[in-house]
Amino acid sequence: MSNHLLFENIDEPGLNTLDVYRARGGYAMAEQALAMARDSIITALKDSGLRGRGGAGFPTGLKASFIPQGKMDKYLVCNADESEPGTFKDRELIQKNPHSLIEGMIIAAYAVGANKSFIFIRGEYQQQAEILEAAIAEAKEAGLLGPNVLGRGVELDMWVHRGAGAYICGEETGLLDALEGRRGNPRLKPPFPANQGLYQGPTLLNNVETLTAITYILKVGAEAYSAMGVEKSSGTKLISVSGNVKRPGNYEIELGMTGRDIIYGLAGGIEDDREVLLWFPGGSSSPVLTKDDLDTPYDYDSLAGAGTMLGSGAIIVADDRNSVVDIAVKTASFYKHESCGKCTPCREGTSWTTKLLKRIQSGEATPMDLDVIDSVCDQIQGNCLCVLGDAMAMPVSSMVRKFRPQFEAHIESARIANEQRLLAELDEQEPVLQGIGAL
Amino acid sequence: MSIRRDPLDPYDRQLVREGQPSPAGPRRSYLPDVPDESLLGQEVRRFEHGSRVPGFRDATDLTKDPSGVPDPAQVPVPAELRAEIEDYMSRYPDHRSAAIPALAAAQRLHGWCSPEAIEQVACVMRLTPGYLTAVVGFYDMLEATPVGRKTVYVCTNISCSLRGGDELLASLKGELGDDPDVNIRGFECLGACDIAPMASIDGTYVGPVAADEIPVLADQIRTGSDPLPAKQLVRRRVADAAANSDDVVRASTDTGTLGPVALGPDRPQDTVPAQTEGPSA
Repeated sequence: MSNHLLFENIDEPGLNTLDVYRARGGYAMAEQALAMARDSIITALKDSGLRGRGGAGFPTGLKASFIPQGKMDKYLVCNADESEPGTFKDRELIQKNPHSLIEGMIIAAYAVGANKSFIFIRGEYQQQAEILEAAIAEAKEAGLLGPNVLGRGVELDMWVHRGAGAYICGEETGLLDALEGRRGNPRLKPPFPANQGLYQGPTLLNNVETLTAITYILKVGAEAYSAMGVEKSSGTKLISVSGNVKRPGNYEIELGMTGRDIIYGLAGGIEDDREVLLWFPGGSSSPVLTKDDLDTPYDYDSLAGAGTMLGSGAIIVADDRNSVVDIAVKTASFYKHESCGKCTPCREGTSWTTKLLKRIQSGEATPMDLDVIDSVCDQIQGNCLCVLGDAMAMPVSSMVRKFRPQFEAHIESARIANEQRLLAELDEQEPVLQGIGAL
Repeated sequence: MSIRRDPLDPYDRQLVREGQPSPAGPRRSYLPDVPDESLLGQEVRRFEHGSRVPGFRDATDLTKDPSGVPDPAQVPVPAELRAEIEDYMSRYPDHRSAAIPALAAAQRLHGWCSPEAIEQVACVMRLTPGYLTAVVGFYDMLEATPVGRKTVYVCTNISCSLRGGDELLASLKGELGDDPDVNIRGFECLGACDIAPMASIDGTYVGPVAADEIPVLADQIRTGSDPLPAKQLVRRRVADAAANSDDVVRASTDTGTLGPVALGPDRPQDTVPAQTEGPSA
């Protein structure tokens, strides 16, 4: 059996149109699912072992089972606000195969009884949003969406909602606030969106890849899907490899492959055959790994065991030409810019960590500042409504801990360079008199 | 060599070179910012005393009432904009959800979220301008100050900066920085790290932009023509060579899509061998 599901023949010309998608058997699974009992779909999701592909890795079937029963407005929201640095898998899926997402959403909405659905796509993906809107219009025309889906008396409305550029809207409750037309500030949890989400109604919120995978789980069967990958990390995962590799891009892998196979096998190795300095295994929010960790299996639990996380499946590789200090400054200043400002530990912590790191970069710091960074990062974690602060604290503190000699060496060399520059400047100046001589 | 001084310290001493006048002129003592005699009898407005932020007093008129929902009879709204916003509002159970798309539509019309644009949106959506201003302030793509109509975002996040995103931004700014029509800025990760370094030109993703292509790209941005057609993201095939069957690769090549790996200038243009070592089944 081929190990490609979501990406199988994804470059087929015209796949974004309904005709081509139907010609390869599209929407057959939606028809089949609508004839099934709702519970059996959720059971199939649970049996498949599918875990949320957006970053948190929460079991999808369990999340769907939290949606309360009953006759009320329920919402399905697809999180296509793919802002995690290094991640671009959803972009490829939406752009090339939008109907597979729509089909997955029909099945998911039917399983939890949702009658309204929104796809929150980030505002930067304008071309992708247009493709998706065209696909939804086609599906509505063909009776796949609307008051009577596939003639089975199920109602499902679907709209694309474009964001306007804010990383925090990828966080589920921040996304809900943005979808309600507010500033995208995260909410306190609990209540979780499954109970009180969009417009305070029960809301199922899933990533693009998760919803797309639902179609394929029904197609190959939950058992076959859970047989792929490794225990507790079943199925295939789209990974985005970027940075200093020869073949950056999206790949579909079975979970459990080693990092070395991904970076040196699929992505073709490091540019100019250099060494790995560090790599982020799950987007810039995950603690970094070094070249000694390349043989870690790439699945949820093995990476958690290595002190990091799979996150959104974005591998960013930096080779040894780069300075870890520059990477840390880049990472921290991104989160400083994107912090929404609601919780003090994150707002102040990201800002001060960036200032401290910039001080280190310019050689004004002392090694004690590294301890300060570590303690600031420690105090951010777990003290905010959402994990944006943690998302900065984890990679930065892991960099400081794993590359402390490099940081200290940089502080020392930058300090000496500053001193020498200053002395050279002073040499050019006339002598400066102080005290009584100056009068 | 710079010496840090506290401008508020009346005893701030300055280094003076021998035989030269003090650079700051004769020593001045610090005087607090005392209001006019005529104002002394009035009540001190909140936060006003002691602030030394330039323009602090001009920023807003605190004596005015906050503006409410605009009166439809007073605010002329272009019919097209009104229709578009009402279409957005009809999609959601709560019409307030349309705030972001409506502001984006007003920005397309006015060039930026000007007070006039916000007032028009507020008028159609029956919200206060203050609420919408707060929304504008949160999102990066909604502009709170006048900017050029052509939008150029250059990704400067980790993946792109590892491959020269910062240099691309600097040289594009050098080419286009003085053009008032172009709004060029570095941006958060744009989600196209596979084509790093990349730029988004009015929503069209192009990359990897080589150093010698930057003048061409700048010219295309200035004239408004299709930016680097051979390097646009929508025309690229997926990098995972094992994903497509041979037939699909052939068919998609015939329709003009690009190979999965377009190499940059500093990398050798070698033909990438068909990937054989797929993930172990």
